Amino acid sequence: MSTLELFSLPFMQRALIAAVFVGLAAPVVGTYLVQRRLALMGDGLGHVAVTGVALGLLTGTSPTWTAVVVAVLGAVLIEVIRERGHTNGDVALALLFYGGLAGGVLLTGLGGQSASRLQTFLFGSITTISVADVVTTMVLAAVVVILGVGLSPQLFAVAQDQEFARVAGLNVRAYNLLVAVMAAVSVTVAMRTVGLLLVSALMVVPVATSQQLTRSFRTTLVAAMALGTVASLGGLVISALVPAGTSVSPGPTIVLLALAGFVATWPVGVWLRHREQLRAPFPVDPDAPDGAVAPLCPEVVPGPADHRHDEEHVDHDHGPDCGHVAVPHGDHVDYVHDGHRHAPHGRHYDEH
Amino acid sequence: MPVTPTSPAAPTPAPEPGADHTVGPGLEAVVRLVDGAVAIAGRPVLRGIDLTVSRGDFVALMGANGSGKSTLVRALTGLRPLTTGSLELFGHRLEHFDEWRRVGFVPQRTGAASGVPASVWEVVASGRLTRRRLLRPLGRADRRAVADALEVVGLADRARDGVSQLSGGQQQRVLIARALAGEPELFFLDEPTAGVDLPNQHALAASLARLKERGATVVLVAHELGPLAPLVDRAVVMRDGRVVYDGTPLADHEVHQPWLGEAHSHHHATHRDRARHDHAPHVASPLGTHPEEHHR
Ligand SMILES: Nc1ncnc2c1ncn2[C@@H]1O[C@H](COP(=O)(O)OP(=O)(O)OP(=O)(O)O)[C@@H](O)[C@H]1O
Ligand SMILES: [Mg+2]
Ligand SMILES: [Zn+2]
Ligand SMILES: [Zn+2]
Ligand SMILES: [Zn+2]
Ligand SMILES: [Zn+2]
Repeated sequence: MSTLELFSLPFMQRALIAAVFVGLAAPVVGTYLVQRRLALMGDGLGHVAVTGVALGLLTGTSPTWTAVVVAVLGAVLIEVIRERGHTNGDVALALLFYGGLAGGVLLTGLGGQSASRLQTFLFGSITTISVADVVTTMVLAAVVVILGVGLSPQLFAVAQDQEFARVAGLNVRAYNLLVAVMAAVSVTVAMRTVGLLLVSALMVVPVATSQQLTRSFRTTLVAAMALGTVASLGGLVISALVPAGTSVSPGPTIVLLALAGFVATWPVGVWLRHREQLRAPFPVDPDAPDGAVAPLCPEVVPGPADHRHDEEHVDHDHGPDCGHVAVPHGDHVDYVHDGHRHAPHGRHYDEH
Repeated sequence: MPVTPTSPAAPTPAPEPGADHTVGPGLEAVVRLVDGAVAIAGRPVLRGIDLTVSRGDFVALMGANGSGKSTLVRALTGLRPLTTGSLELFGHRLEHFDEWRRVGFVPQRTGAASGVPASVWEVVASGRLTRRRLLRPLGRADRRAVADALEVVGLADRARDGVSQLSGGQQQRVLIARALAGEPELFFLDEPTAGVDLPNQHALAASLARLKERGATVVLVAHELGPLAPLVDRAVVMRDGRVVYDGTPLADHEVHQPWLGEAHSHHHATHRDRARHDHAPHVASPLGTHPEEHHR
């Protein structure tokens, strides 16, 4: 079967649509979770949703919807525990997570369902997704994206500084609940794609990757959405294109691709941060007379020499193209050189 | 769905004429706390606080570490519930108060960073939320207010930088700009100048002076007033969760004078019966003759 034929098959098209929507939605919620330092919340909700899936299988209702309901209930419970500020809220969350996973496995057994049925939810089975499930995925993911992007000023402010948000008149509790519910919904939306056990990765890894390269919240959010979509689509395509005879499931491929993106940007991020530090302007000395930003050279003003002259490097001429990082410093430009800054002064360089 | 109290950016409402909360001719009580007490985890932290701040007042809240200044500011902004007492902001009881765009708050904080990068501009722009409707983009007035606020704190050239790349003092200035951006009438600033260098303290003093001229009301917590000293027209000193002095401004060193200590904690400024009044009816206090004693 040719590649073109493969992508014209209805099940593959359904999978592609689901991958795009999940890849867009999961990082939106992930960004707010990472901002509150709750990166593992998605993971916990994924465990809780297992019970929901099992309940659906047991009662013969749609596992997607029972998972949504149970995960939302779990998210609300987590939010309540968090708000109460119990000292070991952490432990309470852990209990909830393990309870969710164990309960799910137990319930599946009770219902006489084979473990492999549950497995499709634990590790994803995007290629077996039904038309109804695709529609559900599209609707829920669209709601998450619209709320997450549309309310981003409010959600950003609440996650950034709760107390300030409250004094600004925002209903902090409602926004916190909204994020928790959105997280629960994205978990269930993504479970068909990457599986409940790997859901959190699709929420968090694109954010971690885009953080490497960005300085503002907005670009982090947008870049994370783009990276999530690329990983989700790319993972699906790679797993579909492996030669016959081998079988690669899309869920882990998607997550590994997202992780590969993180690994690839890591050195870039390190380099960018390093560059940023070199370029950081020198603080202006508050006690210096007007305009004199740099300490005056002792040749001009007698006094204790608080900077050394660097006579060893006089043979090098700093300039726009000399290859050293140029940092504006008041009325002149310093050149970063081996961890210190040269300021051209007459025929030598001062260190600033 | 969360509901944010929003309304079109209305012009500053004039003081309601003849309202029963006036404290003097033409003076509107912007903050009025009567017999306020706060307990944290069952432990009383503030007790018997009476504080009225009139429109245009510039109040410096002073006192030792742990004396309850931040707790008082948090109670006045509704962040800490009162265990007893009643609080009115702009003449409305706190439960019914929803004009938060009139209030600006600079929390006592060591940083402005969170788990995800955020630019200086974004943090300051979040100060406009009090005036924005849901799902509406920033308007021109919003952008101008953000730019002005950044200008005031001297960070206009760092607007696109990440807050986490700024120094502690610069982050403090970001938080000040965030409060300024909302163009409030009543400011609560909890140690806004801690860690801010002298030139920037002067810049902040200049902008607070401008706000004061425009009729803003300021409640400022500070250990050292520094360049802000000339602006202050009233000092409130706290000790062990009580107000021990309320009157004309004090020099920084006077705040920690022993005469502001225990002997004054049964301050007779109010004639209310206090549950915590554990002294015998006092005869002439040895310090009763202090000229700065202030009766309200
Ligand atoms: N979250 C809290 N939990 C328990 N106790 C608290 C809490 N916040 C404040 N307190 C207590 O309340 C008292 C007053 O604290 P507060 O922060 O108001 O002091 P402060 O005057 O602002 O001090 P500083 O000058 O250090 O800022 C302190 O004794 C402190 O221990
Ligand atoms: Mg304090
Ligand atoms: Zn020199
Ligand atoms: Zn050198
Ligand atoms: Zn050079
Ligand atoms: Zn220099």
